[in-house]
Amino acid sequence: MIEIKDLHKSYKMGSNSLHVLKGINFKVEEGELVAIMGSSGSGKSTLLNILGMLDELDQGTYTLDGVPIKNLSETKAAQYRNKFLGFIFQSFNLINYKSAAENVALPLYYQKVPRKERQEKALKYLERVGLKPWADHLPSELSGGQKQRVAIARAMAAEPKVLLADEPTGALDSKTSYEVMDLIQKINDDGNTILVVTHEEDIAHMCKRIVHLKDGIIVEDKKVEQVRAAQYV
Amino acid sequence: MFNKDRWREIIEVLTTNVWRTVFTAFGVCWGIFILIVLLAAGKGLENGIKQDFGNIATNTMFMWTRSTTKGYQGLPKGRSFEFKIDDVAALRDNVPNLRFISPRNQLGGFGGNNNVVRGIRTGAYNVYGDYPEIINQDPMAVTAGRFLNYNDIKEKRKVAIIGQGVKNDLYDKGEDALGTYIKIQGVNFMVIGTYKKNNSGGGEEGQKEIFVPFTSFSQAFNRGEDVGWMAITANDGSSISQLKDKIVDVMKKRHKVHPEDTRAVGYFDLYEQYNRVESLFGALKAVAYIVGIMVLLSGIIGVSNIMLIVVKERTKEIGIRRALGEQPWSIKKQILMESIFLTLISGMVGIIFGSLVIFGINSLLDSVGPVDMFMSPSVSVGVVTGALVILMVSGLLAGFIPAQSAIRVRPIEALRTE
Repeated sequence: MIEIKDLHKSYKMGSNSLHVLKGINFKVEEGELVAIMGSSGSGKSTLLNILGMLDELDQGTYTLDGVPIKNLSETKAAQYRNKFLGFIFQSFNLINYKSAAENVALPLYYQKVPRKERQEKALKYLERVGLKPWADHLPSELSGGQKQRVAIARAMAAEPKVLLADEPTGALDSKTSYEVMDLIQKINDDGNTILVVTHEEDIAHMCKRIVHLKDGIIVEDKKVEQVRAAQYV
Repeated sequence: MFNKDRWREIIEVLTTNVWRTVFTAFGVCWGIFILIVLLAAGKGLENGIKQDFGNIATNTMFMWTRSTTKGYQGLPKGRSFEFKIDDVAALRDNVPNLRFISPRNQLGGFGGNNNVVRGIRTGAYNVYGDYPEIINQDPMAVTAGRFLNYNDIKEKRKVAIIGQGVKNDLYDKGEDALGTYIKIQGVNFMVIGTYKKNNSGGGEEGQKEIFVPFTSFSQAFNRGEDVGWMAITANDGSSISQLKDKIVDVMKKRHKVHPEDTRAVGYFDLYEQYNRVESLFGALKAVAYIVGIMVLLSGIIGVSNIMLIVVKERTKEIGIRRALGEQPWSIKKQILMESIFLTLISGMVGIIFGSLVIFGINSLLDSVGPVDMFMSPSVSVGVVTGALVILMVSGLLAGFIPAQSAIRVRPIEALRTE
């Protein structure tokens, strides 16, 4: 599903450049649930941004579902993001003047799905995250866990190939974190490919594979026994 | 374009900070208000001045004779001469595109002695010997009876059309003037009509004129073939100002006047005067547009400013939306539409207020009666449409820089701002 070969990325900081990713080789099959771990500065967010086409790579190749991702125009990148990827952010990033249902429907709007169908789909996904009764609520009327569940519904609404989660539990207490992870696991059980960036051990162990990043290279890549989050909920 | 979600979003954005929107809108509103009111005031002045011209055919010149200032073909300088009735036919033959040529003779004049008598009443009036065409060049409304016609000319009938003012002087109130006789310098004329002039140009004096057939006038008052002066109107397509040199040349040739004698034939070009006034109004309109658009410009800059702030405030939102796959063009369109919408709505409010003020001034003018040189200020539908187009374009311009800066936001940077 995802294939990265010899990926390099550096940022220019004034006169000297900061080499963040120093040759990453990495492959994700369909249906995997991968945790990307590492301390801050290890390059995990940069990796996720490149995977999410929010940032461009300097060197190497990136293939997503057989499509090479390189030198995309903004318009093309927007199209691919919409079609291939769903984002889940640490700070939820819901649009605060739109109701939960409207937030979920947003990616479908960009796909020019008709209004009625959009609403139906949005409600369907809200139901899947257990928030159908809150469909008309604004984000400000929801708790942190609920917001993240709306964000997950939004990420799934466009039926993307890959879900990218950047510290999805970073802003939540441990109980809600487990609820969110439970949801992510269930979505994965349905066959969706999910990448989770985290620095929390327990969250990482709820995935099926852990990739350790340190100073811009992969130091460890192992399959783990998945801990089901449901038992903590 | 007419997308429900997009419009909801526009309304949403503009109403989140209502007072800011209102104050921004005020700038544009004020600009267009000033533009409309200035244009209306200019139009009012124009209407007022043009009223003074009345509906006189403006493409007209008047021509009369003076004494020569150069000797020619053995004739001395200082010789006086008169136009003759044949000159009219000569002008017709030699100068194309003339619509009316009216030879005229006149009795009386400013400060003249009493020259008209009816019973025991007398009065001093201008008495004109005229052809029927004069009513097209010096319009008047015939209030009773009829105006002169060619049978009057041919048969040299001693008939007269008198002004409302003359009737008031010589007749009792409610008395019927038609069929009665008045004595003009000892010659009896039958009154066949009364007229009223509605332009203020002639004023009181304009109502105190008497028109009699040219031929009867010549015979009754011993003018022979002489013509006192002429009123000449050109066809609508051509201007009398361009024809006048030719007309004067024809006259000089017929009366043996030196071709370079510029003073022998006197004339007054009404069209030139009228054009001068026209170009004054053109300049006035230009000034109104410049001032109005300048004021509008500062309003537009305000809109542009606010849109920049809106984009800044929504940086994160724009980042999210781009991460979710919104096309850059769609974001740009959104910002542009917000800007145009804001400009257009506030502009329309300005137009409405401007129209209300104009309406107020009009009803004030109606209630106090006519004011000198100012009449029914108004703006045409064309001007309003023009203003709307200006607004549309300026909204587009105002939104352009903010929209550009909105799509320059890279989603990753937008999302990083916490």
